[in-house]
Amino acid sequence: MQLITTLLAVTLGAGTSLLYATLGEIYTERAGILNLGVEGMMMMSALSAFTVSFYTGSLLLSIIVAMLIGGAMALIHAFLCITMRANQVVSGLSITLFGTGLASYLGQRLGPASNGKNLVGMTGSSFTDYSIPFLEDIPILSAFFNQDILTYALFLIVPIAWIYMYKTRSGLTLRAVGEDPRTAAAMGISVSKIRYIYTVIGGMLVGLGGAHLTLGYTPGWSENVTGGRGWIVIALVIFAGWNPGRAIFGAVLFGGINAIQFRLQAAGTVIPASFLNMAPYIVTVIVLTVMTIIGRKKKGKFSPPSALGTSFSIEDK
Amino acid sequence: MRMVLEKREARSGKVLVFVPIISFIVSLALGAIVLAASGANPFNTYFYMARGAFGSWVGFTETLVKAIPLILTGLGVTIAFKLRFWNIGAEGQLVFGAIGTAWVMIFWTFLPVQMLLPVALLVGMTAGAVWAGIAAVLKAKWGVDETLTTLMMNYIAILFAEYLYYGPWRDPDGYGFPGTKAFPREAWLPRIAGRAHWGLIIALAAAVILWFVLYKTKWGFEIKMIGMNQRAARCQGVNIQRNIILVLLVSGALSGLAGAVEVTAVQHRLMKGIDMGYGFTAIIVAWMAQLNPFAAVLVALIMAGLLVGGDQIQMMMGLPASMGLVLQGLLLFPLLAGTIFSDYRLKMVKKEEAEQCS
Amino acid sequence: MEKENQNSTQGNVILRMSGITKRFPGVTANNHVDLSLNSGEILALLGENGAGKSSLMNVLAGLYRPDEGSIFIRGEQVQIHSPQDSMRLGIGMIHQEFMLVDTMTVAENIILGMKDLPFIPPMHEVKSKITALSERYGLKVNPDKFIHELSVGEQQRVEILKLVYQGADILILDEPTAVLTPQESRDLNTIIGMMLAEGKSAIFITHKMDEVIEFSHQVQVLRKGETVAVCKTNEVTPKDLAKMMVGREILFHLERDAYNPGEVRVRVDDISVIDQTGRAVLEHISLDLREGEVLGIAGVAGNGQQELSEVITGLMPVTRGSLYLDERNVTGASPLKMIKNGISHIPADRGAMGVVGDMSVADNLVMKRYRKRPMSKNGILNGSVIVRFAKKMIDVFKIATPESSTRVKFLSGGNIQKTILAREIDSCGGILIAVYPSRGLDVGATEAVRKNILKQRDNQAAVLLVSEELEELMMVSDKIAVMFEGKIMGLVDARETNIEQLGMMMAGMVKESTV
Repeated sequence: MQLITTLLAVTLGAGTSLLYATLGEIYTERAGILNLGVEGMMMMSALSAFTVSFYTGSLLLSIIVAMLIGGAMALIHAFLCITMRANQVVSGLSITLFGTGLASYLGQRLGPASNGKNLVGMTGSSFTDYSIPFLEDIPILSAFFNQDILTYALFLIVPIAWIYMYKTRSGLTLRAVGEDPRTAAAMGISVSKIRYIYTVIGGMLVGLGGAHLTLGYTPGWSENVTGGRGWIVIALVIFAGWNPGRAIFGAVLFGGINAIQFRLQAAGTVIPASFLNMAPYIVTVIVLTVMTIIGRKKKGKFSPPSALGTSFSIEDK
Repeated sequence: MRMVLEKREARSGKVLVFVPIISFIVSLALGAIVLAASGANPFNTYFYMARGAFGSWVGFTETLVKAIPLILTGLGVTIAFKLRFWNIGAEGQLVFGAIGTAWVMIFWTFLPVQMLLPVALLVGMTAGAVWAGIAAVLKAKWGVDETLTTLMMNYIAILFAEYLYYGPWRDPDGYGFPGTKAFPREAWLPRIAGRAHWGLIIALAAAVILWFVLYKTKWGFEIKMIGMNQRAARCQGVNIQRNIILVLLVSGALSGLAGAVEVTAVQHRLMKGIDMGYGFTAIIVAWMAQLNPFAAVLVALIMAGLLVGGDQIQMMMGLPASMGLVLQGLLLFPLLAGTIFSDYRLKMVKKEEAEQCS
Repeated sequence: MEKENQNSTQGNVILRMSGITKRFPGVTANNHVDLSLNSGEILALLGENGAGKSSLMNVLAGLYRPDEGSIFIRGEQVQIHSPQDSMRLGIGMIHQEFMLVDTMTVAENIILGMKDLPFIPPMHEVKSKITALSERYGLKVNPDKFIHELSVGEQQRVEILKLVYQGADILILDEPTAVLTPQESRDLNTIIGMMLAEGKSAIFITHKMDEVIEFSHQVQVLRKGETVAVCKTNEVTPKDLAKMMVGREILFHLERDAYNPGEVRVRVDDISVIDQTGRAVLEHISLDLREGEVLGIAGVAGNGQQELSEVITGLMPVTRGSLYLDERNVTGASPLKMIKNGISHIPADRGAMGVVGDMSVADNLVMKRYRKRPMSKNGILNGSVIVRFAKKMIDVFKIATPESSTRVKFLSGGNIQKTILAREIDSCGGILIAVYPSRGLDVGATEAVRKNILKQRDNQAAVLLVSEELEELMMVSDKIAVMFEGKIMGLVDARETNIEQLGMMMAGMVKESTV
């Protein structure tokens, strides 16, 4: 019982950064923009969050900066893809290349002189877990109520993200732009404006996810702090069917795998871990195939936004 | 008055030459800003990088070592992209090729040692081909988006390799080091100069062969047709599905060959770190080379040079080697922004004209 | 008919377009066109493709800006700069291609883009308003269904609902019954009738005579960008309308050999094709292509002609029936097999299907021959042979291009067509399928195309010529079949028919076979 509760608690902690980033990328892809720069953006925002926290001690400032960094990198991607009509895949990969390189570089240059300018091994402020009285005594459920504030925020943010997408006028506009930009434009919607907005917002959420890694999950900076999570996020978006609500399951499940794998590694056995880690990707390929085949007969709730990855301009008739 | 982008009637050749040059200069400038802001002297840095990568024999051979897998994966990506099949799984195809090669090297002990190398290389190519083929079949038969499938399959391959070299294939005498035992010495791909090895000849030969296939053969003609106008190709009787699969098999084989060459010439075993990111850089190489095999060789050399230069400044200046990666990234942004100018030009127009949307 | 009982609502001029001129590079789509619409009335805009009907309506809908002319709504001059302006004035247009998002529901599509809605739209209010409106006009639509679940007719009703929901008084429908079954067309008529009774008005664009007769009060015939006539529908005969629509009599014929048809090369045997949406695009088509004969296919574009040509060239699968080539059953054969059996194809859309724009003129010229010697040997292309061949073709067919290596997309439309012609005629194995071959070409290029087609026929080729120009068909064909809504209306001898007869069949009126 205690083991399950602990595992669950760790899972939620691990899943938090995944969930923020997944929500962000869902919004971006819903607008029709594929952003493969998530890995680079998470690295850079993880780094900036930790750097600010190390030098100023202010957690609030740290997450603001992280969000700004995420948003700025997303803005570059948006500018290249929307205004300059560049290839979205190459642009996203460039952002990842740039982001991971820059994060690694700065991680070794922004540290204090006492540590050879390296940030590795330093300690900054980090989020502490707060437990909610009374609820912390319920077995299993207590895992949900013994988390840090960023995780608690998700309890609100995920439902809001879902309501925004499916119940509001703005969400309707967003979905139309990603599905059928031609029709959306004919109805008076500015397709580029929408794409810009949601790419940047998505980037900011990815930034928040990156911040949680170095401020909450495993406080501190290390060379490969994201560990490829950025790519898992891309898979999770597909797994969630581009639905903010369903994103929870993916993030928790794979956050859980991540957490369990840690435990296993500590216990000395690594063998099953690789297969567990493979699971998100294999499942995603299968899910994507099935969705595509079903989608050909009738478009269901699981298909990618029809205009994902394409560029759009009024002249393209 | 407003600035708008207006479609050109004819593709501007001048732009295609100027844009890469200007982008290179811009990226150096941006990199200099990053360097200066973090307390490093940009001029020294660039000097050491250039000298390290190309200025000495050792440096140059090191650049070649890094260029070889980049060339091969770059070529693999090139042929797929010619078909407008967005194969971003070169990394996974490389790893799977390495796995296939290691399998032969370690377990096909029934073969005489002289045959190990050629067979291993072939099996490696086949493994890479199969890995790419899976995504190709999914696309050809059911229209499953290849960008996402090839991307996911990267990680499946990487993690599978991890399982192997941490688990059943781990060297029992390796003190827990995550890697297989070393391949038989006689089966190693020999070196030519410094650490640069026969893989270079293979890579250059592949470039020539690919150029020949794409520009001089019937098949290359069909590939171009499909990539540039699939409907017209179909009208002319070209078989689309079959070509998608064939092209992707070749694409995967080239990346698989890159993996095979890496493990038989450089690491001599399958070990942690086989996924060095070449597969992703290859996409950028292919794109920057505008899908020309010879240009890809040149671009691969430059990108490899940036990586080696990065290692160099780490040794000489104590700067992180990742600066090389940063410069690679910075090179891309102006290039990406600049490509639009070959098809569009900037024009100042009156506001009312800009609003007309016919 | 609904027409007879409007006294109170009819009569006021609600819309007036005056002197509308719209020019595009190379063509004047509308040349000083006037139009007048009374409230409670339906005006039919009749004409062939390219007559300027869609262009005129696009001006009204805010998608095009006219170069000259003015628009008056309820007597006041207005400026329409965008679709939103048009909507605000109460004008709503339903295009041939619906503007609906497949994966969203009816209700979502209707409110998409509406600015004066609360942030969280009260969906049950929206849905009840939709239901109320749909009952009022007999539109029978379920607000919760997804667009992809609806039939084409139902989707059209959603489009109408969209306009009505947003307050449109003047409805423009572009070829509305092109995608409907006869029953659905009748339902549409009822719906529009109910709207007219409330004082709304409608303009619909059509090329179908029976629609004009049945549904409209007034008809305006356009031809080549100009108004030919405006009449009250009950004061004019279909024959007159047909003649007005297609133009004057042919004055001359081209030189050709005596008509001496040989063997049947291609036999289309009772072929029907049903597309993915369940619509019958070809119904029970049977025809023969004989050596030394040009069989012309007349009809307004979109009535199955392109699909017929794609069936014969192996590009479209057949739902029922069989295709025979030289007596062999080739139903379902691949395009490559058809090519190998001697079929040459000049496709309808030259840019999208006929050439690969980014490849050179030489490459495009050689696309039918590259598989064999001397263009290639053992899989390797022979560059110099190809260039020599290309230069010869360029010379013979007078293709104007700077070099043989110039990318074909930079050539003018006429020269692109000449390239296609050169390629297809040179490698023709005795069967030529030419679809709208002179579309968009100037006089000289057009004449060259027609002469070439006749030359093939004189060389005993079997030719299928699909064309929108009756002049062309009568000049070049030996026999003419008219297609309408996927069926063959009639098969006539080209030398014995006339414009009116063909025009009537094209508009769906008469079924006649004199051969």
